[in-house]
Amino acid sequence: MKVSLHWLQEYVPVAMPPADLAEALTMAGLEVEAVSDRYAGLDTVVTGKVTRVSFHPDADRLTVCQVETGDRPLTIVCGAPNVEEGMVAAVALPGTELPGGLTVRKSRIRGVASEGMLCSAVELGIGEDGAGVLSLDGATPVGIPATRALGLSDTVLEIDLTPNRADCLSMIGVAREVAALSGGRVARPVFSVPEAAAGVADYASVVIEEPDLCPRYTARVVLDVTVGPSPFWLQDRLRSVGLKPINNVVDITNFVMMETGQPLHAFDLDRLSGNRIVVRRAVAGERFVTLDDKERILSDDMLMICDAEKPVAVAGVMGGLNSEIVSTTRRVLIESACFAAPSIRKTAKTLGLASDASHRFERGVDPEGTVFAVDRAARLMADVAGGKPARGVIDNHPRPAGEKRIALGIGDINRRLGTSLGVEDMARLLASVEIFSEPADSDRLTVTVPSFRVDIDRPEDLAEEVARLWGYNNIAVTFPVIPVGGRLPSGALARRIRIKEAMVGFGFAEVVNYSFIGADACRSMCFEAGTAEDSPIPILNPLSQDQAVMRTSLVPGLLKNTRDNIFQQEKTIRLFETGKVFLPRPGQELPDEPEMLAGLWSGARQPRTWLTMEERCDFYDIKGVLEALISALDLEASFSALVVDQCRYTLAGRTARVMVGETTVGLAGEVRPDVLESFGVRQPVFVFEINLSVLFPMITDDRCARPISRFPSVSRDITLIVANTVEAADLLKSLAMQGQSLIEQVYLMDVYEGDPIPSGKKSLSIRVVYRSFEKTLKDAFVNRIHTETTEALVKAFNADLPG
Amino acid sequence: MTESLDGIKERALREIASARDTETLQSVSVKYLGRKGAVTLFLRNLSQLPAEERPRAGQAANQVKQDLQAALDRATEQIAADSAAVDAIDVSLPGRPVSRGTLHPITQITRRICEIFGRMGFDVVEGPEIETDYYNFEALNIPKHHPARDMQDTFYISDNVVLRTHTSPTQPRVMEKTAPPLRIIAPGKVYRCDSDVTHTPMFHQVEGLMVDRNVSFGDLKGILTLFIHRMFDPETSLRFRPSYFPFTEPSAEVDIRCVACRGKGCRICSHTGWLEILGAGMVHPAVFEKAGYDTQTYTGFAFGMGVERIAMLKYNIDDTRKFFENDTRFLRQF
Repeated sequence: MKVSLHWLQEYVPVAMPPADLAEALTMAGLEVEAVSDRYAGLDTVVTGKVTRVSFHPDADRLTVCQVETGDRPLTIVCGAPNVEEGMVAAVALPGTELPGGLTVRKSRIRGVASEGMLCSAVELGIGEDGAGVLSLDGATPVGIPATRALGLSDTVLEIDLTPNRADCLSMIGVAREVAALSGGRVARPVFSVPEAAAGVADYASVVIEEPDLCPRYTARVVLDVTVGPSPFWLQDRLRSVGLKPINNVVDITNFVMMETGQPLHAFDLDRLSGNRIVVRRAVAGERFVTLDDKERILSDDMLMICDAEKPVAVAGVMGGLNSEIVSTTRRVLIESACFAAPSIRKTAKTLGLASDASHRFERGVDPEGTVFAVDRAARLMADVAGGKPARGVIDNHPRPAGEKRIALGIGDINRRLGTSLGVEDMARLLASVEIFSEPADSDRLTVTVPSFRVDIDRPEDLAEEVARLWGYNNIAVTFPVIPVGGRLPSGALARRIRIKEAMVGFGFAEVVNYSFIGADACRSMCFEAGTAEDSPIPILNPLSQDQAVMRTSLVPGLLKNTRDNIFQQEKTIRLFETGKVFLPRPGQELPDEPEMLAGLWSGARQPRTWLTMEERCDFYDIKGVLEALISALDLEASFSALVVDQCRYTLAGRTARVMVGETTVGLAGEVRPDVLESFGVRQPVFVFEINLSVLFPMITDDRCARPISRFPSVSRDITLIVANTVEAADLLKSLAMQGQSLIEQVYLMDVYEGDPIPSGKKSLSIRVVYRSFEKTLKDAFVNRIHTETTEALVKAFNADLPG
Repeated sequence: MTESLDGIKERALREIASARDTETLQSVSVKYLGRKGAVTLFLRNLSQLPAEERPRAGQAANQVKQDLQAALDRATEQIAADSAAVDAIDVSLPGRPVSRGTLHPITQITRRICEIFGRMGFDVVEGPEIETDYYNFEALNIPKHHPARDMQDTFYISDNVVLRTHTSPTQPRVMEKTAPPLRIIAPGKVYRCDSDVTHTPMFHQVEGLMVDRNVSFGDLKGILTLFIHRMFDPETSLRFRPSYFPFTEPSAEVDIRCVACRGKGCRICSHTGWLEILGAGMVHPAVFEKAGYDTQTYTGFAFGMGVERIAMLKYNIDDTRKFFENDTRFLRQF
């Protein structure tokens, strides 16, 4: 909300410099976002002395003036009748943007160059005389800012009010805070309403059909108004807080709203059928044209202000075109009502229509302020628009709020805040913002909550008032007792840390992607139709189409990162991410959110250096990383070919199912070229994706040291020729179980296909390491066991021995 | 006799062993075996010994002389071999590359936050990112059609299900399952439909909650002061400003002295000297009531902070979108 200090000073003296006031308000909870001078835009308007006036050679009504502004004299073409030699005037230099929107430029006017503009009060936005150039005191020095010469200065504070402080959406409300900060007092306007003899009931009546949505409706009728432009002071007040003057009647309603916080609406009484106001719900589907000339379709939960026949305003939001004040309006009905906040908010949201009125009603308007506001408006209409207020006020008040009293325990508040304030301290602090109280006993205040503080319902709310008025920064810092142990990361958190550290050690950079992706990105992963992966959860109001659904896999994000980085000439990419994916669960409100880990490698295994040629990475690189990772978690993974119809975004024949024990934890594989293509990637990409929610419970933090043999090992090699459909892992696993438990390790040394190995077969060369815990193994003994082992494998895998 | 023969020998051998060039060896040789060398002098002084000791001492001294000469010869050879045999390489050539991975800055900052609070006895908990309207709003005292809902632009999954707009839903979720006292922090992703230089539609928060008997606003100030001092440095001062969150009362915005300009005013703090860093307050009794906590016995405080904001300050990052572009040239810097 904008607050002009000029205007504010009508209600409270402001002695503090603006910067200090802004700081003090901020520290009291009214955050001042900006402090500006209203006339800052007039910096390039300077004082200038008109030294010569001559007729324009080509235009009767124009003069050509020589104007002294301190530098060289300027030539300015002027159309004002009152310009004369010797006058000191306000000169807008080229580049000035005048309040009316005109930007002054160097130009030629009917063939004569003009280097600025002599301004009228209206053009400067500082007065109502637009007939001629504003003439300044002849003794004014030239070349100084006109604002300084005119003594124009008005600081405007822009306050970012939190939604609870509805009471500060007015000058009087802010004045109350300023008074509390400076020890001053608020002076509310004191006035009387000059009433006509005829009573208001003779002109209008009000019926509230929905008292729950409209607890109070106050109205006055003003006769004989003359609609026209507002006087300068009124227009100026509105402009100072960013409102646009419209006509005197409407301006008065806006002025009073800004002054008191009570939104008002002015109806042309002669356009209200039956001279009646009926507050009722709209009829569903009813059409209504609001003041902004837009047709709205109403629903039956919207509260409307109607006359005897039809709606005339959307209650608390905006009036209707059919009853607006026009130039011929003579009789005005001023509405000053209270509406239920949730109803107004809902209506405004549904209609997509927010107004200064709805903003206030949504947050809560003082139910006891309606009469004051309507009286104030009536008086101003008498003063400004020549109106005659009918005698009396219509005041339907079917749901009076009643007085709120709160028993405030001084000890409770001190305990909550960590303060040691006394009863009197608290009473005094609260009274500074017009919250008055009586001591109930030595430790208790009975607080009467003023009607304008709709945000205060319970003692804790008053605790905040006490705290902010005392000053948050005056509350001493204390420390709760901290348990001796502290807390170490545990569970998923600790395991996630282990995994991330390991991946970093393997040379992978961690990424964080948005949890939402495009529906097309999900589709291009070719997930099986109808599965949860293929049915991503859509966001109803996405920011863009590429952020429209919740991800069901981390891989699309990594592929996008791959594309983006390749685009930046980073051709070798090693990335990983951990995070949730979102899988819909039929019949459940919330989806499943398993945590996943995905790793991606593309480009070089090793870069070109002076020592090595560049080598491209392949499936066994990403697999090696995954093996090392799982081993770093003290688990053992097994890999087997994933059957063709289970391969989705990876190539069948180049995809492994990853298992720990009997549990599938994920997959590793090469991404299909068509999937890569849809992400704009044109180089092979290898990925793995692991379900951490499944893996985490398998990880233990316990380690148990195994004994180490002190006897030497003996190695023997073995080469087998087997069908190339045999999975090496099966053979190695089988091998490791042979040899009377003396096999310590097996290494696959070579895999070979081709001449002289018959087609359809491959040769596997394996080194077997034997070692005993009890003795040094003798060669002859090892030879015998190795022969047995070899024979067992030959038999089990239908293998041949070479040569 | 001033020094024993053994002492002389030991000293000489040490000097021989530490010599790295022939000049040094030469001087050691002179010092012990030269005309005025220690061993030579010893031999020369034999005549002062009683006659019966002379043969044995002479023999010993000659043995030492031989040993030292042998050691000197060996050392000379070794030095000659060292300088001749090794084929020198250009040690300034780059080594074989070992690639280094990096943790995302958000991970690093989140971990630091968790560590600091862990040491103060806070347990880490996590909650779902797709959340019901109840936990995201209602349980936090934000009813439907409340203007406070405007404070957060919400992504909707359905009328009743949202992407959580803050980590605060972990508060009621934990309180429903855990009896007081408790201290938790809850890091995680949150979502708001807002996107510009200072806003991304997804970002990270860390929520904190402490409930116990007699927890006060002063304690909240204490815990947050400790946190800021450990996260930044002990010179960083804090200020607490009244603010509004429906689930705390009183509520506060916490500013810290600008870490870039130390309060003088700069671009980073928009020339205010202060940086808004977190929101906090005493838990609103309505939140306790919904969770079934006894509001007479227990009080508590809660706070929430944006991880990106802290990371931007710690690492001098000017655009929050960089965290999610995942440009490896950016990531490699952490």
